[in-house]
Amino acid sequence: MTRRPKLRHAVSALTTPLAPEDFLALFNPVFSARQLRGVVTKVVPETADSVTIYFHPGRGWKAHRAGQWARIGVEVNGVRHWRSYSLSAAAGHDPAITVTDMGEISRVLVRDTKPGDVLFLAPPQGTFVLPERPRPLLMLTAGSGITPVMSMIRTLVPRRPDADVVLIHSARTPLKSLFVEELRELADQFRQFRVKLWFTSEHGRIDFSSTAALDRLCGDWRERAAYACGPEEFLESAESLWEKQAALPAGSLKIERFSTVLADGAGNDGGLVTFEASDREVEADGNTPLLEVGEDAGVLMPSGCRMGICHSCLLPLREGQVRDLRTNEVHGEPGQLIQTCVSAAAGPVNLDI
Amino acid sequence: MTNVAEHVSEDTAVEKAAPRRRAGALAETGHPVVRPPAAAHLSDEQVAELSRELDAIRDEVLGRRGQHDADYIRRVIKAQRALEFGGRAALLFGRNKVAWVAGTTMLSFAKILENMELGHNILHGQWDWMRDPDIHSTTWDWDFVTPTRSWQHTHNDLHHRWTNVVGKDRDVGYNLLRMDDDQPWKPFNLGNPVYNAVLAPLFEWGIALYDLEIPEYKEGLKSKEAMTRDLQALGRKAAKQFSKDYLATPLVAMLSGSGRQALIGTLTANAVRNVWAHAVIFCGHFPAGTDTFTEEMVDGETRGDWYVRQMIGSANISGSKFMHLMTGNLSHQIEHHLFPDLPSNRYHEIAPKVREICDRYGLPYTTGPLLKQVGSAWAKVFRLALPDRTKPAT
Repeated sequence: MTRRPKLRHAVSALTTPLAPEDFLALFNPVFSARQLRGVVTKVVPETADSVTIYFHPGRGWKAHRAGQWARIGVEVNGVRHWRSYSLSAAAGHDPAITVTDMGEISRVLVRDTKPGDVLFLAPPQGTFVLPERPRPLLMLTAGSGITPVMSMIRTLVPRRPDADVVLIHSARTPLKSLFVEELRELADQFRQFRVKLWFTSEHGRIDFSSTAALDRLCGDWRERAAYACGPEEFLESAESLWEKQAALPAGSLKIERFSTVLADGAGNDGGLVTFEASDREVEADGNTPLLEVGEDAGVLMPSGCRMGICHSCLLPLREGQVRDLRTNEVHGEPGQLIQTCVSAAAGPVNLDI
Repeated sequence: MTNVAEHVSEDTAVEKAAPRRRAGALAETGHPVVRPPAAAHLSDEQVAELSRELDAIRDEVLGRRGQHDADYIRRVIKAQRALEFGGRAALLFGRNKVAWVAGTTMLSFAKILENMELGHNILHGQWDWMRDPDIHSTTWDWDFVTPTRSWQHTHNDLHHRWTNVVGKDRDVGYNLLRMDDDQPWKPFNLGNPVYNAVLAPLFEWGIALYDLEIPEYKEGLKSKEAMTRDLQALGRKAAKQFSKDYLATPLVAMLSGSGRQALIGTLTANAVRNVWAHAVIFCGHFPAGTDTFTEEMVDGETRGDWYVRQMIGSANISGSKFMHLMTGNLSHQIEHHLFPDLPSNRYHEIAPKVREICDRYGLPYTTGPLLKQVGSAWAKVFRLALPDRTKPAT
């Protein structure tokens, strides 16, 4: 129906104030006039505490590119929560997310998701994607950082005989490592793909303080376009190694971050937060993102990645100052759009929502 | 959106992160200039203690609120949409008598459910905690002529804040009826029963007109810009509502030669819903036993006094589970007025506790079967059509 705007408009004369989709949803839950939804088609266990959830999205979803992520809305005890997950399925296929139990929301997804469940979705986004032209690639991943890279490998390796991909993947133990079987099979089957699995329980972390480890694992790493995804420390050490190589052009290493390091507040800030249009007022401390403050106060806050990168959560500041939880910088002037997911109150704050 | 119970019950310094309404937070201690007669026997300490007991009831419900409640409201939404869909579809073939009766019945129930258990309660923010943009006080639109923003202003804010305060809560008579002895009698009031009888089947249009706040505009309390904005919003909404039931549905029904029957069906369904909503709403604050208040009774009012006013100014309706659902749980008017933003499916659980509190503090807890309460409200409509017999009218 959404594909035929004229018909939809005509039918809505009979359904107002509801939309035609509100009635179609009686028959198929992915129909919604207001929000994108998907139905879970398959849930595959990966390790003891992780699963891959395949889903069929409703209209409005745009096909993902390998390496992108999407926001997934899931209900826990009746309350909608949004989290961002990398899509692990190959481009051109129905999307899938691979989730590891790391917190309250991911735990519910891992333990309770079953085929037929409805997930709430936002269209895929992200710039951690394959290069436009074929190039030799080096993938550096650690832990669940393999997820977006897995999508790239699944997209590229079986389809492109001219691909040349080296993956260095670091995990704690073989049992805790995602996709080990599939990676080994792909490496056996396709000569253009090489895998180096590194288990930290045996060898400790990969040493990026010098180039020695990298030289040993992948001799021609300097000639490759590199992609890295994993925990913050892993990414920082890889980043500094690349920065030290004067000969390498800037941008040789592409990075995907999963989390943001938030600075602790001075302890004496925070303040009264006013949600102007919602007519709510709440006392907030200096370490809680304004997004959470608003959600807890029952304000329908726009939200996105919750890590300060996607700008879905921008709200106009009417008055007051906020502290950027990543940098500790205090800023804010009337009318400025602030990222509520990484900003805390620095004194009284008035937001236009 | 926000409502009064929130600032009343959560305005403590202890609950640091609790949201509250901004303006006019009520005092913790003290007392109004005059306490209402029904509560005159209570000391300041007793009122404060009563307030703490009611807060505890609210906190206990908040602690249990979750999946069970989310499933409930989704079930009602689904049932309502199925009834609406089935009813309207059947009316398209209204030439057939069975289809007409089935269609009109289903559509009447759909409209009642939509206004009472869904619209009214969702617009109070009872389900905002789910963070579902489809079931939220800021996004919901209802099958009722008055625009949601206007309703939230006159109902959620003015009526629920100033419940039964003559001169402040214009729901006491809706600027049309004389519903309290303290409203001075005018010859116009002789028509009280006639106005009310005409209002009932046209209730949604009456409410739409009332929400425009024309007296406030005339008194200069409402700006011209606000009036223009509200008129435009009402115009748009009314056009859509009118054309849905009285143009689009009969037009499509003409394909089966049922245009006229479909029109009679939608007119009937709207009238049934209007008469029902009017009856239920008149049972809320007008039956015998409910008190009205003067402005000096709210001057200096504490949180506890606010709670007291909500309880002695409201009346419940006793009856079956089905009746409670059809009234949108406004049959638990007392509980609703204490906690307007608690999910409606929880009111019946807390009703015995609220009643016990009223008994213990010697406060009236007015309740009765539907017909008795409707009769009592109508008796008042008739009685107040005439000037007061014991004292001069002015």
